[in-house]
Amino acid sequence: MAHIVRPYGDTLDDGKVQLSFTLPVPHGLKAQEAARIMVLGWGFSDCEIVHSARISDNFTFFVAYAKTERGVDYDAVEADRNEEEKSMSMDEVNEFIRARIGRKVVVVGACTGFDAHTVGIDAIMNMKGYNHHYGLERYSMMEAHNLGAQVPNERLLEYAVKVNADAILVSQVVTQKDTHIHNLTNLIELLEAEGLRSKFICIVGGPRISNKLAVQLGYDAGFGRGTYADDVATFIVKKLAERMER
Amino acid sequence: MKEKLGLSKEKIAEARERAIAICAPVLDFIHEHTSVTVERATLRLLGADGADADGVPVPNLVVDSLRQNLSEGAALRYANALVVKGMTPQELNSAITAGLDISKIPLGDKTAARAKAGQLAQAYLDRIRNNRGHREKKLAEFAGKNNSPLLYLIVATGNIFEDVKQAQAAVLNGADVIAVIRTTAQSLLDYVPYGATTEGFGGTYATQENFRIMRQALDEVGEREKRYIYLTNYASGLCMPEIAAMGALERLDMMLNDSMYGILFRDINMYRTFVDQKFSRMINAYAGIIINTGEDNYLTTSDAYEKAYTVLASQFLNERFAYAAGLQAWQMGLGHAFEMDPSIPNGFLYEFAQAQMAREIFPEHPLKYMPPTKHMSGDIFKGIVMDNMFNFVSKATGQGIHLLGMLTEAIHTPFMMDRYLAVDTARYVMNNMASFGDDIEFKKDGIMVRHAHEVLDKTLEFLREVEKTGLMDAIEQGLFAEVKRPKDGGKGLEGLLAKSPEYFNPVESLLEEELGIL
Repeated sequence: MAHIVRPYGDTLDDGKVQLSFTLPVPHGLKAQEAARIMVLGWGFSDCEIVHSARISDNFTFFVAYAKTERGVDYDAVEADRNEEEKSMSMDEVNEFIRARIGRKVVVVGACTGFDAHTVGIDAIMNMKGYNHHYGLERYSMMEAHNLGAQVPNERLLEYAVKVNADAILVSQVVTQKDTHIHNLTNLIELLEAEGLRSKFICIVGGPRISNKLAVQLGYDAGFGRGTYADDVATFIVKKLAERMER
Repeated sequence: MKEKLGLSKEKIAEARERAIAICAPVLDFIHEHTSVTVERATLRLLGADGADADGVPVPNLVVDSLRQNLSEGAALRYANALVVKGMTPQELNSAITAGLDISKIPLGDKTAARAKAGQLAQAYLDRIRNNRGHREKKLAEFAGKNNSPLLYLIVATGNIFEDVKQAQAAVLNGADVIAVIRTTAQSLLDYVPYGATTEGFGGTYATQENFRIMRQALDEVGEREKRYIYLTNYASGLCMPEIAAMGALERLDMMLNDSMYGILFRDINMYRTFVDQKFSRMINAYAGIIINTGEDNYLTTSDAYEKAYTVLASQFLNERFAYAAGLQAWQMGLGHAFEMDPSIPNGFLYEFAQAQMAREIFPEHPLKYMPPTKHMSGDIFKGIVMDNMFNFVSKATGQGIHLLGMLTEAIHTPFMMDRYLAVDTARYVMNNMASFGDDIEFKKDGIMVRHAHEVLDKTLEFLREVEKTGLMDAIEQGLFAEVKRPKDGGKGLEGLLAKSPEYFNPVESLLEEELGIL
C-alpha cells in the first residue's frame, strides 16, 4: 500500500503551500492576475495572491497561497543518508579511535579554489565548533589541520601527503556557475593521477552539497546544511576502522 | 547622543595611547618601504592606463619592466619616457601596450622628468578634489534625504550591467549605499583587470570602467529620488592602493579598507599589507572617501560574545592607522557586527551594550554595523526576525552605516525581493522606534552596563599585551582572530621593496603635504 502524503495546512491532505516570488512587471491589478494565472499554471489549484508590492518601476513582489493535489509515496522515498545511525559524541569518537584505530586520526581541511567562505570549514574544524558542537581541533584523538580559504587543490593535496592525513575535508560554499563541481572534480582527478585516491577518505561539505552529489563526484561522503563536527568525525572514524580491518 | 554606559574616560584614553605605541614601529617600517601596487597606484595617478592584448594592465607592464630600479619609484622613469619621447600619457600607454619597454629609455634630464611627474600628479589630484567637491555639493543639495543610519545594500551578479539594474531597484526601494561586491578571489590578483566585465563568481570585478558605469547609474537614479547614493567598493587585497586610486578618480564614496584584514583573513603578507594600506588610506583621505573596516570578520571566525574585545581592540588600531594616513574621524566607518549565537540568554542585551559602547567610544565616527550572517540558518522566517533585532539595535544606538541583513543569507546571493523585504522591514522598525535611543537610560550596574565595562577592560588588557609583544609578533603568535601569520609568510611579499635614498613619488609627496601628515 502506498502511503501518499500531501502538504498539511490546517487539515489533513488540504495540500496548502505558501509561495513568494518576483515578476519583472509593474505593480498593479494586471500583475496580480498574471501571478495568479502563473501559479495555477504550475499545477496548483485555488491560488490566492494575498500580498503584492511594488519593488521598483518594473518589478513586483508577491506572496501567494495555493493548493496542490499532488502527493508523494512516502514509503518509496530513500533519504540522502541513513539517519538511523546516530552520530557519536566527541567523547565516543575519541574512545572509538582508541579502541579500534589505536593512534591519532589525521584530518586536513580547506576551503578550496577561489572560495573565500571559511564559515563552513571553521564550524567543523575550529576548536570552538558551532552551536555547542566542538570542532575537530578539540578532539584529543584527532590531529586536525585547517588550511583556511582559497587553498589550491594542489596545495591541499601536497599538505595531506606531508602530514600523512587519513581524511581530506573540502568545503565549498560558492556554487555560482557550478564552480564547485569543477573544483571538486579537479581534486579527485589530481588524486587519481597521483594514485592517491584510495589513501584518503575524501569528504566534501557545504550548504548546497548532498551526499548523492558527493558520491557521484567520487567522494566518500557529502555533508550539507545542519552538519556538525560529530557527524563528520563519526563518518571518518567508522570508515577508517572499516578500511583498516578489511 | 547622551552617554548611557558610564565608561571610564581614562581607560578609553589609555587604549588610544596603547594604540599609538603599538602602531608606531609599524609606521616607521611603512615609511621606509614601497610595493609594486603602491608604484602602480602612483602610475595610475600620473596617467598610466589601458592593457595589452593579453589583458596585462599598463601599470603592471611598467612596474614589471622597472623591477631592477623600482626602489627609486616608478614615477621618474614613466615621466622620463614622456619627456624623452615627447609623448602624452595616452600615446605612451599605447606604445607600452604595443611592446615599448620604458626601462630601456636612457634617463635624460632628471629635473625635467620630476617636474613633468609633479604636473601630472597635480592634475590627477585636482580631478579627485573636483570629485570631492561634486559630492559635497550634492550632499548639501539633498541634505536630510538619506536614511539614518545609511541603508547599505550589496549587489553581486558578476555582470556590471545586471548589477546596474539591481542597484537601481535597490535605490528605488530606499537604499542609500550600494556596494558592488567583488568577484571571489579578486583580492588575490596582483593586478586590476581592465574594462567593463560581465563574468564573475559571487561578485563583479572591480575595474575602473565598472566603477564609472555604476557611478553614472547611481547618479541618474539619485537625481530622480533626490538622494545622494553612495557607491562602495573594496580597497583591499593585493591592490589596495590601486583600487583606492581608481575609486577616487571615479568618485566612489566608500571603500572597504582595513589595516589588517588582508593579513588575517586572506593570508596576505603583513609587511606588504601594512605598506599598502597606508598609501591606499592617504588616497581615500584626500578623496573624502569613508572607509569601512572589517572587524565583523573577527566575529564570524570566533565567538561573538567571548571575542567582543578583539573587535574593540582592532577598532582602536584601525583608527590609529587611519589618523596616521590623514583620514579624519568622520571618514572612519569602524566595523562591528551583530553575530552572537541566538540561543544565548540575553544575547540581545549584550549586542545592544556593545553597539552602544562603540558609539560612545567613537562618537564622531560613522560606524559600520554588520548584520547576522554566521547564525543565519536557511530558516528565512526566523532570519527576518534576527535581522530586525539587529535593525532595532542599530537605530537605537545611532549607528552610521547599516548593512541590511538578508533573510536568505547562507542560501543564495540576494534576490530582488530579498532586498525589498530587507529595506521594507528595516524602515518599519526604524521609523516605529525612531527616538527610542534618546528616550531610555540604562540601569546602573545592570547587565548591559556591566557587559560594556567588562569588554573595555578586556580590550585594555589585550592592547597592553599586544604592545608588550609588538603588533607583528602578536599577529605571528595568533593573538588576532586565532590565526597565526608568519612575518615572511603569506602572499605578495615579493612585491615589497625598501625605498632607496633617491626614492621619488610626487603623488605621495603631494598627498602628505595636502593631508598635513609627516
